[in-house]
Amino acid sequence: MRKTKRWWWLGAASALVLVWAAPARAEGEQFMPVPSYRVGPYAAGGTSLYGGFIDYMNLINLRDGGINGVKLTWEECETEYKPDRGVECYERLKGKGPTGASMFHPYSTGISYALISKVSQDKIPLVTIAHGRTDAADGRYFPYVFPLITHYWSQNTDIIRYIGQREGGVAKLKGKKIVHLHHGSAYGKEPNVVFQKQAEKYGYEAKIIEVPAPGSEQQAQWLEIRQFKPDWVIVTGWGVMNPAMLKNAARVGFPMDHIIGNFWTGSEEDVEPVGAAAKGYISAAINPSGKDFKVIQEIERVVYGAGKGNMVDKKRVGSIYYNRGVLTGIVSVEAIRVAQGKFGKKPLTGEQIRWGLENLNLDPARIAAIGATNFIQPLKVTCSDHEGGGAVKFQQWDGTKWKVISDWVQADKELVRPLIEESASKYAKENNIPQRDCAKEST
Amino acid sequence: MIYREAGQFRTTYAADQRIFPIVQDRAGMALLLAVAFVGVPLVASEYALSGLLIPMLVLALAALGLNILTGYAGQFSLGTAAFMSVGAFAAYNLQLRLPGIPLLVIFVLAGLIAAAVGMVFGLPSLRIKGFYLAVATLAAQFFVDWLFTKVGWFSNYSSSGVITAQPMAIAGIPLETPVRRYLLVLSIVSLLALVAKNLARTRTGRSWMAVRDMDVAAEVIGIPILRTKLLAFGLSSFYCGVAGALWAFAYLGTVEPQAFDLQRSFQILFMVIIGGLGTVMGSFLGAAFIMLFPLFLNWAFHAVVRGGEVRAGLLSQLELVCFGALIIVFLIVEPHGFARLWQIGKEKLRLWPFPH
Repeated sequence: MRKTKRWWWLGAASALVLVWAAPARAEGEQFMPVPSYRVGPYAAGGTSLYGGFIDYMNLINLRDGGINGVKLTWEECETEYKPDRGVECYERLKGKGPTGASMFHPYSTGISYALISKVSQDKIPLVTIAHGRTDAADGRYFPYVFPLITHYWSQNTDIIRYIGQREGGVAKLKGKKIVHLHHGSAYGKEPNVVFQKQAEKYGYEAKIIEVPAPGSEQQAQWLEIRQFKPDWVIVTGWGVMNPAMLKNAARVGFPMDHIIGNFWTGSEEDVEPVGAAAKGYISAAINPSGKDFKVIQEIERVVYGAGKGNMVDKKRVGSIYYNRGVLTGIVSVEAIRVAQGKFGKKPLTGEQIRWGLENLNLDPARIAAIGATNFIQPLKVTCSDHEGGGAVKFQQWDGTKWKVISDWVQADKELVRPLIEESASKYAKENNIPQRDCAKEST
Repeated sequence: MIYREAGQFRTTYAADQRIFPIVQDRAGMALLLAVAFVGVPLVASEYALSGLLIPMLVLALAALGLNILTGYAGQFSLGTAAFMSVGAFAAYNLQLRLPGIPLLVIFVLAGLIAAAVGMVFGLPSLRIKGFYLAVATLAAQFFVDWLFTKVGWFSNYSSSGVITAQPMAIAGIPLETPVRRYLLVLSIVSLLALVAKNLARTRTGRSWMAVRDMDVAAEVIGIPILRTKLLAFGLSSFYCGVAGALWAFAYLGTVEPQAFDLQRSFQILFMVIIGGLGTVMGSFLGAAFIMLFPLFLNWAFHAVVRGGEVRAGLLSQLELVCFGALIIVFLIVEPHGFARLWQIGKEKLRLWPFPH
């Protein structure tokens, strides 16, 4: 008995040694870390987001043979959406591949905050599309952080402008009552500053109501809303908070078409549990859902056709989160392509890709070539502006799918930019970060 | 055979009162410290240092803090993460508002502030016991979370409430590299572990254990219950506060209430239970198991199926299943935790390789 036990251990040990010895990576590959979350309360979002991201990278590899012949490789690491696990994943993956990690997409505000000071030391870009630290859009103080496409502050001005459109001009906002109902976390609180600032500018009556995380209990908050009788309710929600929000709104009889969610409050996962009661609900979106885009059809044809798709539940292909993952892939690949134009068609370091991100210019012609017209907004990133876009579209739930009901609504940059600069310089002062002179940057 | 104390005579009281009375233990400890202080910084990769060892040591310190309260003094608490949170926010605000104080002093002050908060929330322990006390300490968890989210002053009116911890420096030397941060954490943790080990053998420690075993009897023999319990709460929170400050400054790099949620309290409680209640070593073993094992599983599963077509989502689920099963197995095999396993191992070693 004893002897067999010992053999068992020996077998296990040698298996481990074999596994340890197995990794061998080909040179000439560009490594992309995938810090996914496929378990835990936010698994539904994480699975589709990173599934779409991986599918797009697979499309580039299978259809084009990589980016200019440089194949993409990746490795997943489970973060469970938690900052501590995210930091561990970052440390684990940052040195992999021949040139290290290309860039990091945490899709968790907590993780992205924790990585901000680390990435500038390690010279790896941190790309926080539509999440993370807003004032990092000031590239003069945050050279390695890219809140691309849009962030919470721009989005909040987008929503207010859209409400203005619906009311028949922003001048009509005067005297209106607007509630900001938000998740009780760093993420949820972020838009409050801009929401208040705009109340001064447009003269609407602003009320901020917080829902304690995770957000499944909202009776008290909706009672408060009912007493306040607002004209519009803006919601910054996430995960379980969203269906609970819609259920409670339906219970107090608040009209669905006067609730506007932000881009993390408007996925199929958020409205489907509520059923028909959510019909008419509006949300912002940085990308539309559906498969009417060439890039999604290409993925279905090439990647899923070859049986290499990442999504187990193929019905989710084309969902909001899945498409957002594809968009993440597009931006990443295009940035690497730009960097290759300067540094050569070979695997690049994080520092070189940072240059690519900073000089990323997605014009309508390029977007059409990717097959993403109407899927992604034109994007021009500069040294001082790490956001690039700032617009969102609005979509309405018709009971079975999201229907886009507006064109790209542009952000109020005159209002947002000074706030960003003020906040970023305050951060820089606290942490002794010098200001970068953008005039001296090479292009 | 290699672990026999035969022939080792203690001829003085000092020798009898040593922490490690046996030569082999002393040698083992010296070797461990030498490896930890010299060997590890020389050979360990950046990932091992800042991804594994630093968080493990910090959580071990928090577990040690909870062990003082739960393992030695017998008071259940679910407020561990709240006290860590207080330590982290205190350290941030001290550094921000009183510039010029040395870093180590800041950590001590942060610990003291956490200790004061801990004592306030320890007051109910005089009236309520056991699981009821655990529920009462939940109040600390929710109150602290609410306070730091609601009152902007604590986060210096940051728009999101998440703040970046200031860079650390001791005597002008910046602690930017993982090796330096690791050495800082290791020094603080070993020093506090030594203090805890000694405390348990003093009058204070013994009165904690008396209160734990039967508080009425302890009161009868003249142990002041109020002071003993509050001291346990205070010291425990001091340890947790320092751990919280280190978690924010040396590991995460950010200070936010969400990093110290109820789940963190549970995680640390599990470390104490699985490591062994009332032991210093158990805190370290428990922290290593709870913190490192899921990472090992994550790494191992990905390594085994590398290139294979196994779904990443399925793997993540499997990790959780394995981890849960292992906890059950360990608790059935040894309900007293890893520290007890280690003790049994030592007793076996004493006879080995001769069975009699």
